[in-house]
Amino acid sequence: MTTAVDTTKSARQAPYDGPLLDVRDLHVEFVTREGVARAVNGVNYSVSAGETLAVLGESGSGKSVTAQAIMGILDMPPARIPKGEIRYRGQDMLAMGKEERRKIRGQKIAMIFQDALSSLNPVLTVGFQLGEMFRAHTDASRKEAKAKAVELMDRVRIPAAKDRVGDYPHQFSGGMRQRIMIAMALALEPDLIIADEPTTALDVTVQAQVMDLLAELQAEYHMGLILITHDLGVVADVADKIAVMYAGRIVETAPVHELYASPAHPYTRGLLDSIPRLDQKGQELYAIKGLPPNLLRIPPGCAFNPRCPRAQDICRGEVPELFQVTEDDGTEQPGRGSACFFWKETLHGSRS
Amino acid sequence: MGSYVLRRVLQMIPVFFGSTLLIFLMVYSLPGDPIVALFGDKAADPAQVAALRQKYYLDQPIWKQYLHYMGNLFQGDFGTSFTGRPVSEIMADAFPVTIRLALMAFVFELVVGLTLGVLSGLRRGSVVDTVVLVLTLVVISIPVFVLAYIAQTVFATNLGWVTPTVQDSTDLSQLILPAIVLGSLSLAFVARLTRTSIGENLRADYIRTATAKGLPRRTIITRHLLRNSLIPVVTFLGTDLGALMGGAIVTEGIFNVQGIGNVLYRAINQKEGPTVVGIVTVLVIVYLVASLLVDLLYAVLDPRIRYA
Repeated sequence: MTTAVDTTKSARQAPYDGPLLDVRDLHVEFVTREGVARAVNGVNYSVSAGETLAVLGESGSGKSVTAQAIMGILDMPPARIPKGEIRYRGQDMLAMGKEERRKIRGQKIAMIFQDALSSLNPVLTVGFQLGEMFRAHTDASRKEAKAKAVELMDRVRIPAAKDRVGDYPHQFSGGMRQRIMIAMALALEPDLIIADEPTTALDVTVQAQVMDLLAELQAEYHMGLILITHDLGVVADVADKIAVMYAGRIVETAPVHELYASPAHPYTRGLLDSIPRLDQKGQELYAIKGLPPNLLRIPPGCAFNPRCPRAQDICRGEVPELFQVTEDDGTEQPGRGSACFFWKETLHGSRS
Repeated sequence: MGSYVLRRVLQMIPVFFGSTLLIFLMVYSLPGDPIVALFGDKAADPAQVAALRQKYYLDQPIWKQYLHYMGNLFQGDFGTSFTGRPVSEIMADAFPVTIRLALMAFVFELVVGLTLGVLSGLRRGSVVDTVVLVLTLVVISIPVFVLAYIAQTVFATNLGWVTPTVQDSTDLSQLILPAIVLGSLSLAFVARLTRTSIGENLRADYIRTATAKGLPRRTIITRHLLRNSLIPVVTFLGTDLGALMGGAIVTEGIFNVQGIGNVLYRAINQKEGPTVVGIVTVLVIVYLVASLLVDLLYAVLDPRIRYA
């Protein structure tokens, strides 16, 4: 990126030194025939420029729904947002008009989806779909858009970009398709990219390549990145901080290394323990007992209590807030929080 | 692509011969003697009957008749009807009428059907959607002759906008009402097919991507949603155009449109072998060409379908 681009960028944006994105007490519900499914129940997180936040959780933990709420691509109805704020550069996007919101989508905040084959339009060429970004948000002509599409494809290292710009999504391999998704998200150099399980549908060998590319581009453009995943391995390499979600709430946040070294929530502990390890070959694999809760009937108290080895009476009666995690001497561990009444015990248990 | 078209055209040849042979066999195995029937109540003169039989090649075994017919056909001769008129002349009179009627019905079902389908598909559960669903259900459930008589009663007898039957089949304005009746059933199918297809594609991942790209809603619908949703509708429309060209025996009959349907109906009644076979042969070709066009249109609409 050249300095010229930097100046234009700062010129069109008012100086702002808070986090890029600040999600506050976000609630999302889905109205279904059986009742109201509470998918997101008070999520708080923030991402700054150049920072990578990994959101970790099982299917149904609300991690994708949160992302879709940020992008504004939830189907409403059935979804609705009864409470909460999503601040982009200090401005609440939920209070914005449709058109204002649309201009942020793709241009300021872009998203990469899991399955690139179904996420790309099968009947339009990739060049056209990449070029659309420029044609929708800038006044680029069809020809200029195509030239920029080739540039982008080069940028994400798709071989022979010039010849392939007229190809259709099905003519690319899975890894190449995901590169196209990344190129599309990158097109207008957004401030923030949300990647929803970007490598889940890929081969293990390709996963690493795609992840490296994403991390490299993020560093180069100094973007914020929200990486949504259930793959603990992917997270460890690229994330700065982690938010673990369960039943629509964040149960633990921590800088990446602290979380791996000493989880302060029994659920995180369970997740880490269920990774198969070579040095435990022959032993039975650990699994968190039970199933994720039905979002129509989230258990009272801590949502994790029916599956938790540490659960006490208090866990069944009260919803734990996100407690600040401190060292034994009482000094705060910056950025660490755990929504468990017994975070101290869990922390010690995992250190021993 | 070129080799695909060639292969498809080559495949048409056996279909063409097979279907004409079947029609030929069926028409000539109909009970009753058409030549004797020509004399009506009068006693037939055996010598005259024999002469007519020879004239129409009916004294030959059926396979010879077929070969003779096909031989003439390839020289552009569709034979002569029992009334003495060349079959090609009969068709030249009737086909333009049917083509006009069919095209009007087709445009009607295409424009109105697609519009209704898109509107209801985009707003599922809305008032528009419910109205479309009920109306199409009604149209699908009512037999076409009932619809035709209702249209006649309302627009001709009660409102007096049109004459009950078509006086001049070459007058386009008189064909409007029959065309609407003829196209209404397909319209209902097109509307429902489009509605379902739009509804399905609206939930597709690539529409979510298009939204996430920040495209205006208009662009998302016209550029991303419609093209994908229309693929199944095109199949239906293609085969339906073939069906409409075949003439509508009931509709043409009720409105007295002098098209192919009417001619065919009379020819079947009078066991007019040459006329029936001639018309059906042309219809077979129309169908084959229509289905080829649909298949080629597929490749245009959906690049995943590649003809190697």
